[in-house]
Amino acid sequence: MADLSNDFVGIKSPNPFWLASAPPTDKQYNVERALRAGWGGVVWKTLGEDPPIVNTASRYGAIQYNGTRVAGFNNIELITDRPLDVNLQEIKQVKRDWPDRAIIVSLMVPCEEDHWKAILARVEETGADGIELNFGCPHGMSERGMGSAVGQVPDYVEMVTRWCKQNTRMPVIVKLTPNITNILMPARAAKRGGADAVSLINTIQSVVSVDLDRMAPEPVVDGRGTHGGYCGPAVRPIALRMVGEIARDPECAGLAISGIGGIATWRDAAEFISLGAGNVQVCTAAMTHGFKIVEDMASGLANWMDEKGHATTGTFHRAAVPNFVNWEELNLNYKTIAKIDQDLCIQCGKCYIACEDTSHQSIAALRDDQNKRRYEVIDEECVGCNLCMHVCPVDDCITMVEVDTGRDYANWTTHPNNPMRKEAAE
Amino acid sequence: MTSGPDITTGRVSAAELASSFDDIHPPLDRRTALIEASRCYFCYDAPCVEACPTDIDIPSFIRSIATGNVKGAAETILDANIMGGMCARVCPVEELCEEACVRNTQEDKPVTIGALQRYATDDLFDHGLQPFKRAPDTGKRVAVVGAGPAGLACAHALARSGHAVVVYEARPRAGGLNEYGIAAYKVPNDFAQRELDFILGVGGIELKLGMALGRDVSLSELRQNYDAVFLGLGQNHARALGVEQEAMSGVLNAVDFIAELRQATDKAALPIGRSIVVIGGGNTAIDIATQTKLLGAEDVTIVYRRGPDHMSATWKEQQWTQSNGVRIKYWAQPRRLIGWPADAKGTALKEIEFEYTQLDEDGRLTGTGDTFALLADQVFKAVGQAFVPTAIEGDRSSELLEMVYGRIAVNEDRQTSLPDVFAGGDCVAGLDLTVQAVQDGKLAARAIDRKLRA
Repeated sequence: MADLSNDFVGIKSPNPFWLASAPPTDKQYNVERALRAGWGGVVWKTLGEDPPIVNTASRYGAIQYNGTRVAGFNNIELITDRPLDVNLQEIKQVKRDWPDRAIIVSLMVPCEEDHWKAILARVEETGADGIELNFGCPHGMSERGMGSAVGQVPDYVEMVTRWCKQNTRMPVIVKLTPNITNILMPARAAKRGGADAVSLINTIQSVVSVDLDRMAPEPVVDGRGTHGGYCGPAVRPIALRMVGEIARDPECAGLAISGIGGIATWRDAAEFISLGAGNVQVCTAAMTHGFKIVEDMASGLANWMDEKGHATTGTFHRAAVPNFVNWEELNLNYKTIAKIDQDLCIQCGKCYIACEDTSHQSIAALRDDQNKRRYEVIDEECVGCNLCMHVCPVDDCITMVEVDTGRDYANWTTHPNNPMRKEAAE
Repeated sequence: MTSGPDITTGRVSAAELASSFDDIHPPLDRRTALIEASRCYFCYDAPCVEACPTDIDIPSFIRSIATGNVKGAAETILDANIMGGMCARVCPVEELCEEACVRNTQEDKPVTIGALQRYATDDLFDHGLQPFKRAPDTGKRVAVVGAGPAGLACAHALARSGHAVVVYEARPRAGGLNEYGIAAYKVPNDFAQRELDFILGVGGIELKLGMALGRDVSLSELRQNYDAVFLGLGQNHARALGVEQEAMSGVLNAVDFIAELRQATDKAALPIGRSIVVIGGGNTAIDIATQTKLLGAEDVTIVYRRGPDHMSATWKEQQWTQSNGVRIKYWAQPRRLIGWPADAKGTALKEIEFEYTQLDEDGRLTGTGDTFALLADQVFKAVGQAFVPTAIEGDRSSELLEMVYGRIAVNEDRQTSLPDVFAGGDCVAGLDLTVQAVQDGKLAARAIDRKLRA
């Protein structure tokens, strides 16, 4: 049986599934329920200075897709709205009662060293395993010069990280905002500041929908709305890409990554870990289904690892990173074409109309001698884009088959059409 | 000791009747409709559309439901089929659109197109919306004979195009089989009349009830007084069993009883036998059997002379009646009616003798010679109906009206051999379905409109 135990910058947990800093980790009651359910650790919802902030009603918006609820999720909640003392006491109690679990404390205080120094000492006293610097919160706190207002300025990221490293023995995880042009800038800054790890992504600034009756963004608070932070399954591809960019950046080498963003299943976790994450954090999936989902995440990941022969997560950690390259490194002489399995085909015609209307007119809509529909790929026209495969509702009905072009690997950097091409070496 | 038929009223309480004759398939709620709509693949050149006799753009209306544009969905449906609401209730979808659904190939579970169609059209009706507007008056007048599905569909389309339409209906109420023929539990809450009101709501349609062709008005008169005539006469004759003593009391036409049931203000007042035998294999047989069972008959048996696959009632209809406690006996045909000893009122039915049947080497139906008898207080004949052209006989025009296999001959525009006379529904050849009748009326209206504008 695969060993799921996790060591993230020296912080040990029985599995790589942490709950992210968010409403599920706001207080002892919830956190204990989570740990009982089997979560490897929690990042306690962000602490700030007293007096605590206040929150609005409502706080969430969500996207439904084809009847599936919470395909995308949006919140306008701020950091914890409970007094600092109460949170610290509870953290201390939880860590004492659950010594084998990772208890990380998320922090956000004004951008002055004294403020950080003061709170770090108090957090350290709880026995927590580490801290996460909330440089990501994209609403409410950012307007006060905190959260993503810091995360969007690499120099600030570096500065605050350095203060923290200088003022605590605890490992420092810097949580990054995706609301920035190039994620490598704050990631590198965190590394320069001495961070042990980065965690990403925080939420993406969003207006989840407009209430067309009240003519206001949702969630509507007494007739008005504001932008929130977007998360949930819809943001996963964005998160995965940013994690991968940092993982393959030579300047970020050695910087640990905690993957966050729409992770809901063991497969999501396996993908993040293979693309560079040392562990993963989950929030929306738990808020949608409750803490019990961790059971399948753990058993699913272990079963997949057994099947693939991975004894620990370490053996596939970063395994996909070397294959994540820039476009210009892709082989332009590699060719595939679509193949339709006529036995599996249900004759819905979706491949045909997608190709005909929006792509390369490479699928023929035919009728057989019994006037039954039949769709066939026109091999000579197919460019191998695989749109048809994606719109086909039947698994494995359309597959992409490799075609031998007889030509060796060659990419854009040497292509004759590239005005900037490098001459091939003799 | 029993000495006569056990036929009585009030076998079932009013409360029981109210619930047993309620909607057989309760409507979808919004959430279920959305989930079901999301199952539609929005096929290209969709097979379901091809299977629909009225060419409803099914993927488009389902997509409209999915996007919350329920009114748009209803408009798409009703534009192709003005009786989309009725068809959603009575169409044998398991042999039409839903049978063609590509999901059958994938998972044996089609998108429930009929239920979604009902969801959309109910919504429009519940909101009292009228999506259609009459075109400016053309000054042309068209007579429609028969206010059934074919006639009403034709009248609506003509009225929409700006023609003035007068509908002649022999019965006291309009609707045809929708009003007199369909099982009550398929159309509760007076749906047929609500739909009729909706159709008439477009304006430009005058109803003349109690006016029978051949009795109160002749085809020649209509041709003289109108720019065009549409005949939606339906079928007017229930076939006989062809056994002796069919006039015996207790031997009834299923269609007559169904019509009576639909018009009854108190269903419990209808006389129902304890033991009932239904002869036939179509939807009429299913409907009479199920309804008499619901009215309190103890034993109801349908006897059909061929096998389950030969029945024109679909497998779903057969299952439906069986689940209501009706027994179906296949491969037997009626041979003899046996009565109780005659009294002053004549002879009443006691039992009916059947002969087992089989197919011979040439595939022809033959009797095996073996027989059995079933006790029956009532026998309902549901062995089909025919079009008997009494209404158009003896008229100058009728001599020129060509017939084919006992029905009025029409071309693809539903035009008869008389250029200004069109016909559709059960009085012409084709599927004897509401949806086909609507299509006939629609196509005829289009052709009439083209002709009148030429």
